[in-house]
Formats: sequence, C-alpha cells, structure tokens
Amino acid sequence: MARVVVDVMLKPEILDPQGQAVQRALPRLGFAGIADVRQGKRFELEVEGPVDDAALDQINTMAETFLANTVIEDFTVRVEEVAHRGEAK
Amino acid sequence: MTFDTVAYASGSPDAEQPWAELGLKHNEYEQIREILGRRPTGAELAMYSVMWSEHCSYKSSKVHLKQFGDKAPPSDALLVGIGEQAGVVDVGQGYAVTFKVESHNHPSYVEPYQGAATGIGGIVRDIIAMGARPVAVMDPLRFGAADHPDTKRVLPGVVAGIGGYGNCLGLPNIGGEVVFDPCYQGNPLVNALCVGVMRHEDIHLAKAAGVGNKVILYGARTGGDGIGGASILASETFDDAKPSKRPSVQVGDPFQEKLLIECTLEAFHEDLVVGIQDLGAAGLSCATSELASNGTGGMRVELDVVPLRDATLSPEEILMSESQERMCAVVEPAKVDRFLAICEKWDVTATVIGEVTDGDRLEIYWHGEQIVDVPPRTVAHDGPVYERPMARPGWLDALRADDAAKLPRPADGDGLRAQVLRLVGSPNQADKSWITSQYDRFVLGNTVLAQPEDSGMIRIDEETGLGVALATDGNGRYAKLDPYAGAQLALAESYRNVAATGARPLAVTDCLNFPSPEDPAGMWQFAEACRGLADACRTLGTPVTGGNVSLYNQTGDQPIHPTPVVGVLGVIDDVARRTPMAFAQEGQLLYLLGETKEELGGSAWSQVVHEHLGGLPPAVDLERERLLAEILISASRDGMIDAAHDLSDGGLVQAVVESCLKGGHGARLVVPETLEPAVFLFSESQGRAVVAVPRSEEMRFTDMCGARGLPATRIGVVDGDAVELQGHFGIPLAELRETYERTIPELFA
Repeated sequence: MARVVVDVMLKPEILDPQGQAVQRALPRLGFAGIADVRQGKRFELEVEGPVDDAALDQINTMAETFLANTVIEDFTVRVEEVAHRGEAK
Repeated sequence: MTFDTVAYASGSPDAEQPWAELGLKHNEYEQIREILGRRPTGAELAMYSVMWSEHCSYKSSKVHLKQFGDKAPPSDALLVGIGEQAGVVDVGQGYAVTFKVESHNHPSYVEPYQGAATGIGGIVRDIIAMGARPVAVMDPLRFGAADHPDTKRVLPGVVAGIGGYGNCLGLPNIGGEVVFDPCYQGNPLVNALCVGVMRHEDIHLAKAAGVGNKVILYGARTGGDGIGGASILASETFDDAKPSKRPSVQVGDPFQEKLLIECTLEAFHEDLVVGIQDLGAAGLSCATSELASNGTGGMRVELDVVPLRDATLSPEEILMSESQERMCAVVEPAKVDRFLAICEKWDVTATVIGEVTDGDRLEIYWHGEQIVDVPPRTVAHDGPVYERPMARPGWLDALRADDAAKLPRPADGDGLRAQVLRLVGSPNQADKSWITSQYDRFVLGNTVLAQPEDSGMIRIDEETGLGVALATDGNGRYAKLDPYAGAQLALAESYRNVAATGARPLAVTDCLNFPSPEDPAGMWQFAEACRGLADACRTLGTPVTGGNVSLYNQTGDQPIHPTPVVGVLGVIDDVARRTPMAFAQEGQLLYLLGETKEELGGSAWSQVVHEHLGGLPPAVDLERERLLAEILISASRDGMIDAAHDLSDGGLVQAVVESCLKGGHGARLVVPETLEPAVFLFSESQGRAVVAVPRSEEMRFTDMCGARGLPATRIGVVDGDAVELQGHFGIPLAELRETYERTIPELFA
C-alpha cells in the first residue's frame, strides 16, 4: 500500500499567528536560536491500489479544492513508500 | 537590490512608471508630477496610488458627503464630528461614546473567514484610536440567494470569521442584519460596526504636532499582506526576481489585537500620546501622511527600521502593506521610554520610526537615502475630487410603474394563512439565531439586549444603569425603487428600532454600499441617497458622525441594489427601564401605533410571494417617526408598555409572530374595519410599532397617544398558544416556530 503525503502551509507572505505563538514561546522555555517558526498541516493519504498519474491527479484536485485553501495556502504532494505494518522485522 | 531615490528621480524624468497598473489615471499621474516638480519615486508613486484610490480618497463621493456636515442639525451631543476616525457623542454623566460602521465587502468575498475577521479588527482599531474602550460590535451582512451554492461558501465563512475574531477579543456582538438577495451574489456586503466608551476627558484626535516628537509604530510586524498593487511596482520596475505575486488577503490575529487594545488604552490613561492612528487601508502610507497632515506637516521616517515579517519586502511594499494589528503613535521625547515600557509589558513590538520636524514635508528614508519627499496634505487630504456625471437611470420609470398593488392578494383565510407561513419561513424573515448564536453576545456582562431584539443595548455604568442602544438597518429593495427615500427609510427604521427599546436616538453612522461611480446611474443613486440621508438627519436632529463609503460593488456589469446601511445610536438613562420585544404576559392588550396604508412596493411579501420588485417604497414621514419615538420612549420610562416591536419588512404579521415566539404566548388579532386583511398583515407602512399594554395602563397610554396625536388602534390581545386572525385563520405557535426556526439551519448547518 502506498501513502501520499499532502503538506499544506500558509503562503510565505501570509501571517501565521500559530507559528508566531510557538516562536515566542521557545525562548521562554529555554530553546534559543530559532529565528522563525511556520506551522502547517500534513495529510497522510493511504491509497488503495496503485499510485499512478490518475490517482495523483485526483489527489492534486482534492488538495486544491478541499485540503488546502489556495487563497492563503500552498500545498505539496509527494508519494511515500511505507513499510508494511504488522510484519515481523 | 536597487531602489528609486528622490535624487535619482530628479535626474531621470523620463523613466517609465507603472501608474496605470497601480490604478492611477493619466491626469492623476500628471498631477503628482506637478505637485512634486519631478517624477515621483517608486515609493512616492506607491503612496499616492493607494491614498488617491477611491477607498482612501473618497474622490467620487466627497462632493456628496459634504452635505452631512453642511446640513448637520445642531446637536449638543456631538463632541467630535465627521472627519475624525470616528465621531464622539456625549451620553451624559461624563461619558462619551464613539461608534462607526465600515465595509469589508471585497476581501470577504475572496476569503470569507479572514475578510470578515479583519473587518472586525479594523473597526475596533478605529475605536481605540479615539481613546475609547470597545464594548460591542455589530454586523450588517448581505449575501446572494440563500439557496445558491456559493452562498454556502461565503456565509458560513463570514459568520465564523466574525465569531472567531470578535469572540477572541472578548467583545459581545449585539446585533446587525442578515439579508439575502440575488443582487449580492458575486458581491456580498460585510459591514462591521464597533462602539466604544470613554470619559469626556479621554478623547484623543489623530495628529502629529510638536517638533521633535517621536513617531512610534507598534503592534504586529509588517508583512506582504494586502499589497496586490505594490507587487506590480516591485516586480515590473525595480526587481524582476521577486517571489510570487503578493496576495491581497490579510490574516488577522485577534490575540495581538487584544494586546493592542490594552496597551493603547494604558498609554492614553497615562497621557503619553499626542496623536494616534490605526493602520488600516494603505497602511503606513496612510498613517504617516494623515498624522503629518493633521499636525504641522513635517515628519521624517526611517523606513528600514520597521520590523518585518518578511525581509525581502521592498520599501514600496512596506509603505503599502496592510498587515493587520498595527498602530502608530506620536509621543513626546520625554515619554517615549514609558510608552515603550508599556508596550513591552503587553508583549507588543514597538519601534521609533521617525519624528516630527519643523518643515512641511513628509520625508522617508531607506538606509540613509531619501525615497519620499512630499507635502503630506497632497497625499492625505488634497487628492483628486471628481464631480462624476450622473443620470437618473432609464429603467427607473418602468420599474416604478410596475406597481405592487396589482399583485393578487388572497381573499380567504386559508390563502392568508399559507402566505404568512411562507413569509415567516423565508430566508430573509426566518430566525437568524443559527448565525447569531455563533457570536458571543453576553461576554463582559453588560449586554442588556441583543439579537433578535429591535436594537442591541449595552449598560455603560453599573451604578446608574446608564446605557446605549444601537441598531443598523438598510433596505436595498426600497433604495432601488427610490434611492432618496430608501436612505431615509433606512434611517427611519434604525431610529425607530432604537426608540422601540426605550432609548433616545442621538447620532448616526452610515455605510454607503453602492455600485460603480463611473456609471452615471450608480452615481445618481449615490447622490440621491446622500441627499436623502442628510435631509432626514437634519429633520430628525441626529447628525451623521462618520462612516464609510464602499463603491464598485458589482459583478461585471451587474450592480448591487444601492444599499445605504444606517446605524443609529441612542441613550437610555436606566437600562432597567428598557422595553423588550417579547409578548410575555397573557391578557395584555396589543395596540398598533401609526397608520396602515396599502403600501406593498418593495415589501418582503412582494418578494416572497410574487418574486416582485416594483412600484414605490412606503412613504417617508419623519415627523411621524419622531412622534412615534417620543411616545415609545415616554411609555417605556413611565412603565406604560411591557413590550414593543417596530414594524418593518414583513409588516405587522412578522412583528407579531416574532414577539409571540420570543415570549411564548399567542395573540388574537382583529382586522380593523377599514383595512383589507392582506394589507393589515403585510403592508410595510412606516412610522408604526406594535406594543403590549397592561390593562391597568390602557387608559393612561391611549390618553397620551390621543393628546399627542398619534393614532393608536387596539388590534388584539396576548392570549393562547396560536397566532389567530379572528374570522380568518389561526396558526399554532408550534407550527410557526418550526417554520421560523428551520430555514437557516437547513440551508447552512
């Protein structure tokens, strides 16, 4: 079974209040040296059947129309091979 | 990276400049060259282009808006009039109230959640810039057809955005409107009103006076928000390697705004600021030029010290950025440290970006090079003014001849009953609590009345019970039939709504949503509405204190109905004396105040039952409105009525149904002999209200109405568990409630 990962991030020039809140918290918690934090969303889609062009097309459409708000967000789609779960090492 | 300096501009008069792409007309660009005696730098061009836009300069509307000042009635209540960031009204006991309504229409269509959210953020900053603590917000909203698929995208986003931002700020949302009409399909109207309270001595005006005073930018860092135009400038003229086109959408951060409120009010309280201005449309271009122009004129700004979220921003982009949650203050040098300390306490970034100088030029520097050298008045206040051509639209006579009186009206009880249910269950008349319950209406603990009451009411003094009431109204269908009367009808309804709760109307704010001013018909509608509103404000003694104009509301060549939205502020000495809308006591007598005529043009009935818009809107009678208001206020103060509900769209039956459902009691009504049942139920004649009078007060109340010459007709009694029109039909409350409450959740939940 293949996994397709869709990462959704606010566009670089859009304000990210969540990322800023994290960034402000870091020095308070003793973590130094982080200049900026951006926070996004990651969707892991387990695909039934082969991840061919048709499947990727559909996932791209899904990302563009549903998973991401493309007015303010960008997304990337990539295929990730996953180890079969439940098998002995 | 290269940038355009004043010195370079002086030596390169023939350099191509993207003035057209930035929305300037050729004559405007020539005018800028004439003012400066050379070509503008890129940064100057950026500033002029945004400040001379319709949105910031009011260049098409200015000549008409003048009337609001010229015709303003004398008013003892007005402490700060039109022209400031928001008007200020004296409400007694040393308190002053500031309030204003603004539009955020276009952003809310592109990105409903953030557009509506940042609309709240912007209007709240206008209020804190006056030195007032925001106490409530309201949202008049207009969408396309309720059953259109795109409305399902826009409405839930807008409502969630208003709720998200307002609730996080901890401000109650006490009212507004939700209206559906296909004319708003591609162009919803998202207006936002905020009201704030202060003591008289705390009023502050935005100006930069005093040579040597420091200019401090505080709040969020500046990013590439809302600068579609600047990208043209940056990418085509100066630096082709720029990243993607900047989006025009701004994302708000209500928690940052909450800090700004507290930080700003603390600085005011310690008397640390000379002038203050919020950064809204046109960002730093607007704040620096307006502050300088309102002062003595001279200001020097070091633009490269502005804290940035995105280090790649060009100076033009920084000047045009509309990043949210930023303010600009002018502070005396000796008080700067204390001001910065307060900002630090609230975790608000603050930077001294410049100072007031003794010249009359606004000078902006970028890494030591001068990039702006302009007379600030020419940017902020003396922009182009147009007397645009106007023409009464050719279609108007045919529309007005298409009289609603010819529409068939039901003759029997069954027909009337069916139409009442259709009306009550129609999206415009149905219960809106699915929307308003997403807003926090009672936070802060001072909300006395909120939707669906006639007006929102807020207590401002716990000891004395002093309070203010606010209503917003507008009816685009009326204004389409007659923009002069339509604007007056919007004022009349809002005024009546405030009086119905027992408050005395004092002042007005308006949000004028109109189509393109470049279309003579649209310009005529706008001019007529301004004239109508200014005349009516003079008659009613309620001055316009400020507001906002939103033009170009159309999709392609499909204009919206002209939609003047009018907010009225009233004062009530003791909120315990308020009049609610609910019929809560069995046996109380129902009186209809005012006169009912056959007036169905533009009515909700004609829309719901016949999908018709034509004829004339109901007649305006402002003297009657004033008399009705006086009676409602007296009756409230002297405890003569227990409930009141104003009659507006949907007519008498809509008002009675709402009051019955709210109170959980039915009503038995009798049609007056002189009226046809359908006219009695559905006519939208103005200057009317229905009141519930305790039997013990009947004589005193009717004597008062008689003595003052207000027609008062006994039309029934609060009784039972149905709304019954005797001899015609009855509808159980349960059936009415089901019909009234089902519509909006079915469409949007």
